[in-house]
Order: sequence, then structure tokens, then C-alpha cells
Amino acid sequence: MKEETKSNKPQWGMVIDLDRCTGCEACVVACRVENNIPAVGPEEAAKGRSINWIRVERYVEGEYPDVKVKFMPVLCQHCEEAPCEPVCPVYATYRTDEGLNAQVYNRCVGTRYCANNCPYTVRFFNFFDPKWDAPLEKALNPEVSIRPRGVMEKCTFCIQRIRKGEEKAKDEEREVRDGDVVPACVQTCETKAMYFGNLADPTSEVSKLSKSNRAMRLLEDLGTKPRVIYLNKGD
Amino acid sequence: MKDLQPNSNSETITADLLRPLSKPGLGWYTTVTISGLLVLLAAVALGYQFTKGLGVWGINRPVFWALDITNFVFWIGISHAGTLISAILRVTGAEWRRPVTRCAEAITVFALMIGALFPIIHLGRPQFFYWLVPYPNERGLWPNFRSPLAWDFFAINTYLLGSIIYLYLPLIPDLALLRDKSSGLFRRVYGALCLGWRGTQLQWDRLERAVRAMAVIIIPVAVSVHTIVSWDFAMTIRPMWHSTMFGPYFVAGAIFSGIAALILAMAVIRRVFHLENYLRPVHFNNLGLLLLTMSLIWFYFTFAEYLTSWYGNEPEEMAVFRSKVSGVYAPLFWGTVVCCFAIPAPLLAIKRFRTIKGTMVASVLVVIGMWFERFLIIVPTLTQPKFTFNWGSYTPTWVELSLTAGTFGYFVLLYSIFSRLFPIIAIWEYKEGLPLGEHGEQTVVGVPDAELESV
Repeated sequence: MKEETKSNKPQWGMVIDLDRCTGCEACVVACRVENNIPAVGPEEAAKGRSINWIRVERYVEGEYPDVKVKFMPVLCQHCEEAPCEPVCPVYATYRTDEGLNAQVYNRCVGTRYCANNCPYTVRFFNFFDPKWDAPLEKALNPEVSIRPRGVMEKCTFCIQRIRKGEEKAKDEEREVRDGDVVPACVQTCETKAMYFGNLADPTSEVSKLSKSNRAMRLLEDLGTKPRVIYLNKGD
Repeated sequence: MKDLQPNSNSETITADLLRPLSKPGLGWYTTVTISGLLVLLAAVALGYQFTKGLGVWGINRPVFWALDITNFVFWIGISHAGTLISAILRVTGAEWRRPVTRCAEAITVFALMIGALFPIIHLGRPQFFYWLVPYPNERGLWPNFRSPLAWDFFAINTYLLGSIIYLYLPLIPDLALLRDKSSGLFRRVYGALCLGWRGTQLQWDRLERAVRAMAVIIIPVAVSVHTIVSWDFAMTIRPMWHSTMFGPYFVAGAIFSGIAALILAMAVIRRVFHLENYLRPVHFNNLGLLLLTMSLIWFYFTFAEYLTSWYGNEPEEMAVFRSKVSGVYAPLFWGTVVCCFAIPAPLLAIKRFRTIKGTMVASVLVVIGMWFERFLIIVPTLTQPKFTFNWGSYTPTWVELSLTAGTFGYFVLLYSIFSRLFPIIAIWEYKEGLPLGEHGEQTVVGVPDAELESV
């Protein structure tokens, strides 16, 4: 179902350069720490209950010894026409005027319908009460709410950092610019494979990169118009 | 086929049909005990699930729905037995319907109650299920009317309300009869329920008009309910879910499994309550023919659905298609085809086998087959998302299996209690079809089976 939003606010987007990604998964760890993602333990993880707002998908192409390994970090694509949004019966997931696909934990009743309609499989369900092995519970980020059992969660583009960056720009009485908002995964990326910024600003780095010849979006033919843009491997 | 001479004595009929209420027999107590134990098991499982969280189920990422939704679709499907069959037979004035209608209508109400439980208990936070209700609140929050789940909520509630009314209306004259025949508390309860029925001509006129109107209204409601259930899947963009024909496919499957459930319920009632003279071979023969029709329609839909997927040869569709036809789900898939078509169709097509036993065998297979058909629609698609990196698998846990067993127990329990409190065959409706005594006019209820079948 089609959704339309018009807004003068920044339109957040991300660019991921697959040429630079080494698959080190530092982004996964950073995201986990920043966003208070519970660790479910190896047994539950093996059953498919682990939560990773960002993951590095590995694809091996070709036959040994002529193989090529492809790493692809996948997170919520913050689709402009997100299939997860219209199917939620209680409006727990919706489009913000900044182009974010927001998840309202308090409103979520846990039908999991959004997850079933997400072609990128980036929505996660809290199968149990969240818990952290000591002393990890002392390292929780006070700026991010903890999700109760029974609700869906997913990447927020580090909404807490977006808010901070926007407030800073407002205090300095200027528009947001590159560097104001840096999500945890982007900040941590060793090889600088990830960029984040305002797609509505034509001078921002993500805007320029999104016009690259290598730019593509995942499952583009579905027409979901993701806000995460990938730069293909150049070789 | 043994030719059973139907009763035409009014007193005997009343006595026969009210006997289950006073002397239910050993069979009834055994049934209630076993089904009650199954319900208890499910209650324990449900309590465990509510305290621990949905992690005690086998669901995972990417298989977010499994037996919960299978049972939901299956039981909503079973509920199409009743109302739809009874309504169609009433509208078309099929005389042989008379002893069948109430058995069927009761199935609808109870199957619907059970089916409608699952969308609630499968929620991550079941305590907030009422957020789907559009009630005014201080925060101005409403349900999302674009979501098929919200449509579901309204469709199922409409259908539940409609089928309760449709069960209740034809019950009124029998309730009055029960009021007259009982005493004490029961007399008061039946008396209140029958709304002051005295059997005047005006009351009969109004009742008949109301029943006729409800019979017409309930048909589109029933069709819309299972169509909307199918849209939970068809509205998504998942391979082998996103199908335009899911609506009619689901409705056909629902009527199919519903008739099978009705045949089984009737066969059990017949035995347990010794109603051999009322539920006669002709009824099983006629319902058997309906079941055969639905079996053929089901096969046609399944064939059309799978052929188009295969011919289209899209990789994502083919992944799901292969897993069903030749992959891990192949035993279940071909088992379903055998249960829903390969055995029942020839069995029901040959007149010699279209007996009470024959239709029962076919019905058991159809009920099993249709349960697995629902499972196969849901799980294989979910295990194979677009990116192969996220492919998963699903194994049910004891909690889900207990809940599933519990649904069958709960259904049998509710049905048994109902048949103990109300006549399971509509007494007035049956008598209405009898020959008019001295006037000597024959109607179909009074005609022996042998003659009927040659008609």
C-alpha cells in the first residue's frame, strides 16, 4: 500500500559502500551497545531468537578455489513505502516526517504481521523478557528505552543521536549538516564504509554518493524505495 | 443401505430428541472427561506461555507465525460448516436439512469461538488485544483500518454475532418447549431465554421471517469472513501468499472442512444419543455428495494455484514451491493431497461407499488434510524470506501442540455441553416437515431413505 509524506524536515538516509565493507561486524557490536539490545544466549540464538538491528550477511559466490565472498550489512531500510506500515492493526509502526520508519514500542501488541511483510527480514520480536548477563546491565544506554517482552523492535537510525544532533543545530541556529548526526554503526565502521546524513540536502555526502553510478537499493523492483543506499562492488 | 422408518408420532419425537438432556448416557460422560482433560492440558500450556513469553513456542525469526495461525485459519474454516450449509439449505428449501441445521449452526458458533481465541493468545502482549477496538480515548488513538488484521477483527466479530443470532432464533420454540417441560431453576432460565414464546401465529410469522432474513444475511457474511482471513496472507508481498485467488480458495477450503466436521459431529451424535432414526443414511449421503463437490473444487483451486506458480518460474516462488512439492514439506503436501482428494473423491463418488461409515472415513481424512493444508500455506512461505541468508526452519514445541490438541478438546466439550442443555436436533423444525396426519400429505422428512434416493 502506498504512503506519501511531504515535509521540510531533514530526510535521513544512509549509504553503505560494499567495496569497503570487510565484514568485521564492528557495526553489529556498536549497535548492540548503543541501543540496549539484549543478548539471548547461544541456545536461543540458534533457534532464531537473536536480535541484531544490523547484521552482516555473507554470500559466497563461485566454486572453490575461485570464490568471492560478499559482505552486505543489512539494517532496517526505512523504506519510503514500507510494507510493514499499513499492515499493523494498531499503528505501532509509521512514517515520521523525517522519513524514518518508527516503531512505537508502547503501542505494539505483537501481532508480528509487520515482520512477516518485511522483505528485508529486519524486524525483531522480543520472545522473552530482555536480560543482560552481569555486569552488562550496568552499561545500558540511559537514552534508549528497554523494550518489554512481546513487542517488535528494529533499527531506529539511532533516533536518540538524531534528536541530539538536531537540537545542537537548533541551538547554534543553523540547519543540520554532515557530522551532526552519526549513528553508532557509522561511527564505529573501521573502513568508513558507512555514511549517514540528510538526503534532502543536495550538498550532503549521502546525497552526492546516492547519485553514484554504483548506487543501488535492495530489492529495488519491489518499489519500497529504501532510504539505505548501497554502493555496489566496483570490481 | 438399511432402510430406517422415520418416526411420525409427535410424542415419540419429542421424547427421543429430549432424551439426551435428561439421560445423556455413558458415551457422553466419557467424551466430556476426555475433552475436558485436553482443555486442562491446553490451559496449563497457555498459563506457561503467558508467564514465560512467546519464546516457549517454536516460532522464531523468520517464522513468526506457525501453529497459532494454522489453528486460527483451520477453526474459522470449520465454522463455515454450519451457518453456511444450514443457510443455503434453508434458503433453497431443502427438506432433508431439518435434522441437520442445528448440529451445523452449533458447530459454527463453537468453532468460531475457538478460532477467534488465537489472534488474541498469539499476541506478544495479549492483554492489549482490545486496542484493535475503535473506542474513543483521551489520546485519540484508533486502530489502523488499512490493516487486514483490523478487517479480520471486525469480520470475525460480525460473523460471531450473526451466527449466534442465527443459532438462537430457531432455538426459541424449542426453548419454550423446554420451559414447559422443566422445573425450578432450569424453568426460569429456559423461560427467560425463550423470550415469552407462546407459539401464537404472529410469533411464528415473525420467527419465520427473522430466520429467513438471517439465512440470507449470514451467507455473504460467512463468505467475507474467510476471504478476509485469506487476505491476511494475500495482502502481503510474500511468495505463494500474494495470490489473487486466495479469497475463493480459502472459502472453498473452509466449506470443505466444515462439511467434513459436520458429518463427523452428526455421526457421533447419532451413536451417542441413539438418534439413528433421525440422522439417517440419506443425510450422510447428501452431505457426502456436497463433500465430494467441495473436494473437486478444492483440488481445482490447488492445481490452479500451484500450476501458475510453477509455470511462472520466479526464483522466490519456486523456492517455496519446491520445498512443498519435493522438499522438506513434501510428505505433508502429498499427504494433504491424498487426504483431501485422492481418497475422499473416489470414496464419495462411488455410491456403494457413500454410507455413514464411508462418509465418516472421508471426513476424518478431510479434517486432517485441511489442517495440514493451512499449515502448508503458512509455514513454508515464512521459512524462506527473500534473502537466503535469513532462511529458517520451524519445529513446534509441546506448548503449541498442547494448545492444538486443546482446541479439539474444547470444541468437543462445548459441543457436548450444548447438546446436554439444548436439543441438538431442532424439534419444531423436524416436526414441521412431518406428514400432516389426516391430510395425508407426505413431505420429505417422512419419506423412507430408499424412496428419497430415487428422487
